[in-house]
Amino acid sequence: MGSALYEKGKTVHNKRIDGPFRRFKWLVMLVTLGIYYVTPWIRWDRGPYAPDQAVLVDLANRRFYMFDIEIWPHEFYFVAGLLIMAGIGLFLVTSAVGRAWCGYACPQTVWTDLFQHVDRFFDGDRNARMRLDKAPWTPAKIARRSAKWAVYLAIAFWTGGAWIMYFADAPTLTRDFWTGNAAPVAYATVAILTGTTFWLGGFMREQVCIYMCPWPRIQTAMLDEKSLIVTYKDWRGEQRGSLKKAAKNPDQYGDCIDCNMCVAVCPTGVDIREGQQIGCITCGLCIDACDRVMKEVGRPRGLIDYATLDQCKAEAAGAPPTPAWKALLRPRTLIYFTVWAGLGAGLLFALGTRTHTDLTVSPDRNPPFMLLKDGSVRNAYTLRLRNMEARPRDMEIALEGLPQGAVMWTESVSMENAARVQTVTVPANATEVLRVYVLLPEGAPANAFAFRLTSLDEQREQDVTETTFAMPGNE
Amino acid sequence: MTKRIDEPTGTETVGHEWDGIEELNTPLPRWWLYTFYATIVFAAIYVVLYPAWPMIDRATQGTLGWSSRGDLAREMTAADMARQSTVERIAATDIEKLPADPELMQAAIAGGAAAFKVNCVQCHGAGAAGSPGYPNLNDDDWIWGGTLTDIQYTLTHGIRWEGAEETRANFMPAFQGMFEPAQVNALAGHVLSLSGKGRSSAAGAQLFADNCAACHGSGGEGSPPMGAPALNDAIWLFGDTEAAVKAQILAPRHGVMPAWQGRLDPVTIKMLAAYVHSRGGGQKAAPAQPATDAASDVAAAAKADPNG
Repeated sequence: MGSALYEKGKTVHNKRIDGPFRRFKWLVMLVTLGIYYVTPWIRWDRGPYAPDQAVLVDLANRRFYMFDIEIWPHEFYFVAGLLIMAGIGLFLVTSAVGRAWCGYACPQTVWTDLFQHVDRFFDGDRNARMRLDKAPWTPAKIARRSAKWAVYLAIAFWTGGAWIMYFADAPTLTRDFWTGNAAPVAYATVAILTGTTFWLGGFMREQVCIYMCPWPRIQTAMLDEKSLIVTYKDWRGEQRGSLKKAAKNPDQYGDCIDCNMCVAVCPTGVDIREGQQIGCITCGLCIDACDRVMKEVGRPRGLIDYATLDQCKAEAAGAPPTPAWKALLRPRTLIYFTVWAGLGAGLLFALGTRTHTDLTVSPDRNPPFMLLKDGSVRNAYTLRLRNMEARPRDMEIALEGLPQGAVMWTESVSMENAARVQTVTVPANATEVLRVYVLLPEGAPANAFAFRLTSLDEQREQDVTETTFAMPGNE
Repeated sequence: MTKRIDEPTGTETVGHEWDGIEELNTPLPRWWLYTFYATIVFAAIYVVLYPAWPMIDRATQGTLGWSSRGDLAREMTAADMARQSTVERIAATDIEKLPADPELMQAAIAGGAAAFKVNCVQCHGAGAAGSPGYPNLNDDDWIWGGTLTDIQYTLTHGIRWEGAEETRANFMPAFQGMFEPAQVNALAGHVLSLSGKGRSSAAGAQLFADNCAACHGSGGEGSPPMGAPALNDAIWLFGDTEAAVKAQILAPRHGVMPAWQGRLDPVTIKMLAAYVHSRGGGQKAAPAQPATDAASDVAAAAKADPNG
């Protein structure tokens, strides 16, 4: 029963199992970890003015590079859109196949799984590990534990080290890291991620899923009776009884032979036969285990299986089993999918049609206008000219919609060279902040007008930004 | 308080019972509890080390002696140290030579902008656009001259500031009682006509030539060394209506600006001059004129005869 004040953590020693779901988990682990560790090392030639790392989050210069895509701060809606897509994607996956994210792709699951294999490598399978856990601290056990924890630490360190590679040129950062020249934040990040991976993946494991993570609470609320989840078909399994008992009284016992394999293989220590519970991450290892046992004892597979609660109810009432994939097609998942895909299509369209120039204009507010001696009126604007190409480009700014006599000049082009059109060279991959003065002769009426930006190259990309001209009396 | 095992869940009860409802003992995980204890220990250490406990007049000081004010003072000192060399270079550079060093000029403008926000916005406004009676510093009209040297002099000695010997001072005489109402109308009409606003008349032009042209110029072009505003432009310190012009003829108002010498150090004044000059209306590359001499002459003349 334990003390009244606290509960001792129970270590879960899950048994090795093989089967379709286990092999799928291997595949997911291989792909996700592969992507995670390898991606920063892929090179991508972007010309002389931009980094040649395929995926790079350049926080210092506020750029996000992903292969041929380059995201600027003013295009952050792409990132926001991807995050919204990730959110809706979770709704979609959850409503269709329950906690599949938790069971296969969540980093906590993937690293816990990896660490459990390390356990198996050093300490043997479930029974051996349980024996070793109870054994006194002999030198042999200490050596074994030290070796295991050293491997934990190595994996954790590699994990933290891979993370920082996304934020700087990976080869340079690796050299700087080992020669002591990297930024302090790099060492701190690696230290923190090493510590959390070591602790959360090596020791906390399923406790993170059950006590720390908010997502299972949200996910359980998003599941319904039409979602595919791991279920134990109790109408088929109960009454449980060993093979021996069942041989004596075949009518009294169901298909479950109470071998406990489903509990032994569970990475979170759940007994799925107790029904739906928060500890179940629907990884399907119990299905592998149960199917294997059913095959051995010559009974049909699927006593524990992916099924919706509705399907379970129908089957219990005598209906023939429905194929699992049919549960995927229903209005709720289709609506989620439509929203998700629509958002994705919108982002792709925006990505395909964006130009590599951009102009924003902010008029001076204090003072809004300036009356000069000769009665002319001057307004000041701050223009931001963005050149999103990896080469310097000449750009032309022109006044549009202002009456005859309107001229402009900038801080670098003095008032003597005021004209209706000015040419500016914007450096490669840069935003040129320009203070522009616009002068309107006395008596000329004005209100809304626009700055037109044209790139003076073969592309002749344009961007028009409307703004207003403030005058005495109409400010 | 009888503890027992709850049948359906197999969990021990804590022994409390209300109306037949019993509380199950489902304790926290040990690591969670220890984390909670760790936060208590952290808080206790924190309270000892840092200011924490509100007392009657001030909080407990903490054994480290740390305070946010001390942090601020250290940061301010560090910031002062960091810009010390720039400040020294500005101090050593002649003000008219500042624009030749764009980097130094930018530093001076930035420093001036900060000083402006503290000392000047009360009269000239946050955007330096002024208001009636308080000159706009963004335009191209400079009553006392708009070169860097002129602006620096104005800042140093003030305008009509009794506390400063060499202040810029002149006073327009009040013509109250000297003119008939019809004459005042004619004169105001002529003054406004100089900038294309009112109707000139022979009488008005004659009155202007006799009484006003000496300071304001025959065409109303003004005289910066004397601080006589130009009357032929679109900018009117006290307003461009006939009533405003007549009020200014009969009983002129005179703006006063304090001398900042002694209140601000010379480098700050230099930086302020650079900032005001940069606001877009500063006179560019004007040859340094002997504004100081002229102004002090005028000041001396004004002192001798306050009525001009």
